Amino acid sequence: MEYEVVIGLEVHAELSTKTKIYCGCSTEFGGAPNTHCCPVCTGMPGALPVLNEKVVEYAVKAGLATGCTIARESKQDRKNYFYPDTPRAYQISQFDLPLCEHGKIDINTDGLEKTIGITRIHIEDDAGKLAHDNYTGGTLVDLNRAGVPLIEIVSEPDMRSAAEAVAYVEKLKGILEYIGVSDCKMQEGSLRADVNLSLRPVGSEKFGTRTETKNLNSFRAIARSIEFEIARQKEVLESGGTVYQETRRWDDEKGEGYAMRTKEEAHDYRYFPEPDLMPIRLSEEYIHHIEEHLPELPESRKARYMNELGLPEYDAGILTSSKHLSDFFEAATAACGNAKAVSNWIMVDIIRVARELGVEYDALPFTPVQLAGLIKLIDNGTISSKIAKEVFEEMVNTSKDPEKIVEEKGLVQISDESAIKEVVDRIVAANPQSVADYKAGKDRALGFLVGQCMKEMKGKGNPQILNKLILEHLQ
Amino acid sequence: MRDLTAYKAHELNKMYQNKEVTVPEVIKAYIEKIKRDDGAIKAYITLCEDSALKRAEEIQARFDAGEKMGPLAGIPIAVKDNICTKGIKTTCASKMLENFISPYDATVTKKLDEEGLIIIGKTNMDEFAMGGSTENSAFFKTHNPVNLNKVPGGSSGGSAAAVSGHLAPVSLGSDTGGSIRQPAAFCGVVGLKPTYGLVSRYGLVAFASSLDQIGPIANDVTDIATLLNVIAGHDEMDSTSANIEKKDYTLALVNDVKGLRIGVPREFFGEGVSEEVREAVSKAVEQFRALGATVSECSLPATDYALPAYYIIACAEASANLGRFDGIRYGYRTKNYENLQDIYRNSRSEGFGEEVKRRIILGTYVLSSGYYDAYYKKAQKVRTIVKKGFDKAFEDYDILLTPTAPTVAFDIGSKINNPLEMYMTDILTVSINVAGVPAISVPCGKDKEGMPIGMQLIGKHFNEETVIRAAYTYEQNVKKEEV
Repeated sequence: MEYEVVIGLEVHAELSTKTKIYCGCSTEFGGAPNTHCCPVCTGMPGALPVLNEKVVEYAVKAGLATGCTIARESKQDRKNYFYPDTPRAYQISQFDLPLCEHGKIDINTDGLEKTIGITRIHIEDDAGKLAHDNYTGGTLVDLNRAGVPLIEIVSEPDMRSAAEAVAYVEKLKGILEYIGVSDCKMQEGSLRADVNLSLRPVGSEKFGTRTETKNLNSFRAIARSIEFEIARQKEVLESGGTVYQETRRWDDEKGEGYAMRTKEEAHDYRYFPEPDLMPIRLSEEYIHHIEEHLPELPESRKARYMNELGLPEYDAGILTSSKHLSDFFEAATAACGNAKAVSNWIMVDIIRVARELGVEYDALPFTPVQLAGLIKLIDNGTISSKIAKEVFEEMVNTSKDPEKIVEEKGLVQISDESAIKEVVDRIVAANPQSVADYKAGKDRALGFLVGQCMKEMKGKGNPQILNKLILEHLQ
Repeated sequence: MRDLTAYKAHELNKMYQNKEVTVPEVIKAYIEKIKRDDGAIKAYITLCEDSALKRAEEIQARFDAGEKMGPLAGIPIAVKDNICTKGIKTTCASKMLENFISPYDATVTKKLDEEGLIIIGKTNMDEFAMGGSTENSAFFKTHNPVNLNKVPGGSSGGSAAAVSGHLAPVSLGSDTGGSIRQPAAFCGVVGLKPTYGLVSRYGLVAFASSLDQIGPIANDVTDIATLLNVIAGHDEMDSTSANIEKKDYTLALVNDVKGLRIGVPREFFGEGVSEEVREAVSKAVEQFRALGATVSECSLPATDYALPAYYIIACAEASANLGRFDGIRYGYRTKNYENLQDIYRNSRSEGFGEEVKRRIILGTYVLSSGYYDAYYKKAQKVRTIVKKGFDKAFEDYDILLTPTAPTVAFDIGSKINNPLEMYMTDILTVSINVAGVPAISVPCGKDKEGMPIGMQLIGKHFNEETVIRAAYTYEQNVKKEEV
């Protein structure tokens, strides 16, 4: 039987506020264990939460950027469960009245556009971290992360493949970065996804039984865990078995998923309204103000790059896929005025360099202004594009300004016609066979002669002048 | 030699101002008195002898230097053991927190300190404030100073007994369903539960967050108003604390109730209210009438439903609030464990007493999937109805007058094995917490055996001054021997 895959995602993103959601402790990553803590976030008796207003603002931004309706009145609820990383024995989350509902985002996989519905976005607090103590064999609790603000973004079950799920998370990550509410560092766990997945016979309206694979913190893990779970469920169904509703864990090293607990073992979280906090009431003015000040989103940047800067759709898509990359592009373009050249450098060299160095686009070894300087050197004829490649590599290695590199290495382009003519005369004279080939109609011979001249001039010859002079000579 | 423990706080303040007595003398007198009498009363869990004496010297030095001091500077105060005090144990009368020292001060503790009050000790209570007799303390029972065979009431039994037995001139209690007013009535002292949100709950170990309120206990209304001035006020650390203008409650110490409209809700005089209580409160009603108040019978029809709704809401909130006592970070941890589940199960089974476990289980049940709507949600609806009932009554009346408790203090051990009967002792006080309004208990007579009877004066939200004025006027016009 042919099956259709149905996928819905719950994405948790840590908000990049300076302080925690219910106290004034720092949210900074790292720090010695239990140093970013106070009576509130360690769940001391008698301590009370006070909502950080920035958290609401950031969540509303996320809601508006994903087309959600913002609740004028919402509330927070206690979600009760015992675990050592949860010091109050309840998480403060939102149950039936979330801040944002009914949004959507558009994704593009293999050129196919698709809209994925967003059910809701709500605010909640993160838990602490547990670490195994090799010395005693016990477990240690670090509450530095406890109380770091999160938004949980719940999608509709609208995705039909791993590729769509990855495209959705990529798009969501881009949006959250653009509006500046989360740094979305997946390796630090500040963006992670739970995958709800079920199969149903093609053509069936009814959903199959779903499983939930929790805490996936890379695109690779999302894609691989989905492929694994599809294959597993298919095998179960095809052998006449039953898929059980269960929570699953993904082991990325082994490339395998495991059942953690079944529906029968599922927690009854006993949600009820958090009596220590007042309802969140938002005015029209407040929401309107945030909406007006929302930064430009990737979709609109992409359209602008295509319409105003004349970039191809593919390039505009790549450039806007990451806010850091897009910001880099904009800064370099502003500094040199040549969007196409900046785009080409990014598409060909910068993406490669970032991958080789394993750095984000905001941590490249050179600045957008330095790239712009390099482009200007080409545009005003100081160096050839061939030499520019050499300067670029040097810039990557040393972070020096391109002008300085050109000067130090004596890479200034030779545009003096008499100097070039002297070389051309010499090379043409030394290669009679190539001249003959050219005259016999073999255009390739021209390339050979240009190459020889360039070699003679150590690559510094102005290619336009060189071409012109060789052609003149040959005719 | 005069007995320094016989004075009210405002009297001691005058004596300090006039240099008739020093702060260390007063503190020493109380410590001696506690050492002599508290063996029988057992109001205190922790006595802060050294820190109190040290603080007394500091405060006296400030008096001597001519510094302008607040009206309660140098006054010893007993604090219920569920209010966090940095450096002093906060046990909640539970084995769970037997050795717990809070790393921070409650907001009220800070305020006491800023005003120069001196914490002389932490008082006994029903474990985690759950109970009405202080018999649920994990450590020992407190005895009623008026008659040592009787309970002092609860859960703030230690705080009421300390004031009644002159082991402290004033104290702080907490009131979730009557826990200040009922022991005040049982011990013959004055106790005020302020409007929900008037006093910060930051640092009060939570029992039921939407009902808990800290309040003062004292030997007269003047001390109540003065202490309320210290502890009331908005606190950014408590989101449920009201951001309203600060008031001087001593301005309400006015001997005049002429024209005051007093309603007497008939539902508070029904079955279970003893004849002697009924008589004493009726007499107080007549006295108010004689003082110029207009008094008439009224009705709060939802009163019968307030008690079950109260127990559902309070237990639900408690079941979550007490989750943090899990044996992981602080408090009692079982010695008997092999895995995480054992730590949770055994620490909580061994660390909590019977009543606390009963309420956690009750609260867990009413919040469980499939039962939430039938219990918790319905209880919240009742809560709205109860509130509306009070709002409606207050359209016609400034004050509502009722008995504080259905009976006088009962014998120690007489109700402890019957939880339902024990819950009924809250029947006249819980609806006030459910509505969130303020109420004071003032002594209004004694029964044949000489046990005190209290009446409850209930006011509108954030209208403590009318409650205080009515209580003060009554106190000023009724001969001491009558009450």
